[in-house]
Amino acid sequence: MRLELVPRASVSPIARALSPVIAIVLAGLMAGLVIALMGRSPMAAFDIYIREPLGDSWALQEMGIKMIPLTLIATGLVYCFRANLWNIGAEGQYTMGAIVGAILPLATQGMELGRWLLVIALIMGAIGGAVYALIPSYLRVRLGVSEILSSLMLVYIAQLFLDYLVRGPWRDPKGFNFPQSVMFDTGSTLPILFEEGRLHAGLILAVVVVLASTVVLGWSLFGYAIKVIGSAPKAAGFSGFSASRISLMVFAISGGLAGLAGIVEVSGQIGQLKPSISAGYGFTAITVAFLGRLHPLGVVFGAFVVSLTAIGGENAQIMLKLPLDLTTCFQGFLLLCVLAADALTSSSIRVVRTPKKEA
Amino acid sequence: MDMTQAVLLTILTAATPLLLAALGELIVERAGVLNLGLEGMMATGAACGFAAATLTDSTGLGVVAAMLSAMLLASLFGFVTLTLGANQVASGLALTIVGLGLSGLIGAGFVGTSRTAVAGLQIEGLSDLPGFGKILFGQDPFVYAAWALTFASIVFLRWTRAGLIVRSVGENQTSAHAIGLPVLKIRFWAVLFGGACAGLAGAYLSLVYTPFWSPGMTAGRGWIALALVVFASWFPMRLLLGAILFGGATVLQLHAQAASLGLPSQLLSALPYLATLLALVLMSLGRRGGSAAPGSLGQSFVPDR
Repeated sequence: MRLELVPRASVSPIARALSPVIAIVLAGLMAGLVIALMGRSPMAAFDIYIREPLGDSWALQEMGIKMIPLTLIATGLVYCFRANLWNIGAEGQYTMGAIVGAILPLATQGMELGRWLLVIALIMGAIGGAVYALIPSYLRVRLGVSEILSSLMLVYIAQLFLDYLVRGPWRDPKGFNFPQSVMFDTGSTLPILFEEGRLHAGLILAVVVVLASTVVLGWSLFGYAIKVIGSAPKAAGFSGFSASRISLMVFAISGGLAGLAGIVEVSGQIGQLKPSISAGYGFTAITVAFLGRLHPLGVVFGAFVVSLTAIGGENAQIMLKLPLDLTTCFQGFLLLCVLAADALTSSSIRVVRTPKKEA
Repeated sequence: MDMTQAVLLTILTAATPLLLAALGELIVERAGVLNLGLEGMMATGAACGFAAATLTDSTGLGVVAAMLSAMLLASLFGFVTLTLGANQVASGLALTIVGLGLSGLIGAGFVGTSRTAVAGLQIEGLSDLPGFGKILFGQDPFVYAAWALTFASIVFLRWTRAGLIVRSVGENQTSAHAIGLPVLKIRFWAVLFGGACAGLAGAYLSLVYTPFWSPGMTAGRGWIALALVVFASWFPMRLLLGAILFGGATVLQLHAQAASLGLPSQLLSALPYLATLLALVLMSLGRRGGSAAPGSLGQSFVPDR
């Protein structure tokens, strides 16, 4: 007996919309199994992971804060993944964005130069991320170097560079030798949206980026070219789309958004540079992008689900002593399930009985 | 023991986990599958291997546990990408995330425990030969296993019928299917073999290299091993060379840190990654245009009838 894949003649839109939901349930069941194996109650964990954060205004706000970088990075990744290009170094572009964006705010610290500094910092952050993403893209276009491996190697390099900066030249001289820079001035800090709380104006940026990307990817020639290059590279060549130009552009956009996420997180949330400015956002965003079915609006849903489990994971660590690695594990399972469910919407599985050998 | 021999020994030790993991991946890629989950399988192997070895007080059982756990992850990858035909790149990334998470869960109870490292061979008379005695006759069993596996895969790929079948499946899946080869079945076995090798590499890290377990101890070695396969142009012999070069870069970096040359330590830590990037670029410059990759690498296969 064996299993065989049979391509479906048509993909039902209901199946396409439902597949991420089925994947979430499946991944949840797998995580529940792991929790049960660890000798804990999966029901209690479900309460803490999902139910409690949803009913708590503080937790909802924390989710919003986590959703901002995830949405920005994942929206950028959608451009790359749709073109069948594998930028998996968003974490490095995020780090570079934070570094380049922080140059001016740190250099002018104490001068209280005003709001325009923030705007320049954000633009510089985006440029930093974009330029850093252009390295693997250029190497791929010109030399045929696999962008998967090169973009990932650049993650380690960017993180070590940040580590060097905050322990060396950019360390706060009054920081008791902690590896951290000075705090940003108020002028270069993203304003808080509501009086009581921590949700910052990065949210508005994220909303703008999602809406703009929906239009660009869905209704522009550029968006169409990305789609064609991703699904039928030969056809793209015949129709005159330049694969290398589009490839450089999607990498620049994706790196730029990751870099923007980096400087937004630093200026809106953390307020200074230190080695731990990311909670693995660049990698988690890959799950978010696929959970959102490579659509900017879907990304918002994906970011919601992933940050819900992240907040739930932090709660579970405090209340149930469940390690944070459980959340990592769940996110990995989730990505696997999403991909499997995606594959099953376009093909069905048939059980084939192997005929008995004739005597 | 003289200085050169001591340095060569540490280089070989640093090269072994890379070689083991890359050998497995090389066979997987020769069969046409790109499994990016190497880092996750290695991490889980390292954690399971250490946990089992500590609990049973047996290195052998630790190694078996490491290989089995990584093979379990590999079979999950095989099911999703081969049986269901999901995207290999993304599924490999997912496997890395799962593996890193699992390793943390499994290893959590063992942080801070340490074991005595697996001892090297000691043959009366031979191991103490000056110059090369320790290198040839004084290594731990993993190193010999890695060498044996390298030569076995050279023979397998070049001179056996089974090796030819694996290569043809990876080179052109449609033709292989047309002449009646069970493409998916062969690929599944290759993926399992890759898992076993990654598990072995993980076990080496936590049982020999640093005889304890700590979170994130694989430190990107899985990714470097993936790059090594490209660097080696999918030939096991060149893989041996590449692994020794990279082992050398790691050891050089450690020595430079100790000698305090006035360079920032982060720059030295970044050396293996910079070297990987450079190696990828040089390989591409070397073959201008054409690629040495197996023809069907990374493509999903859905047989048509």
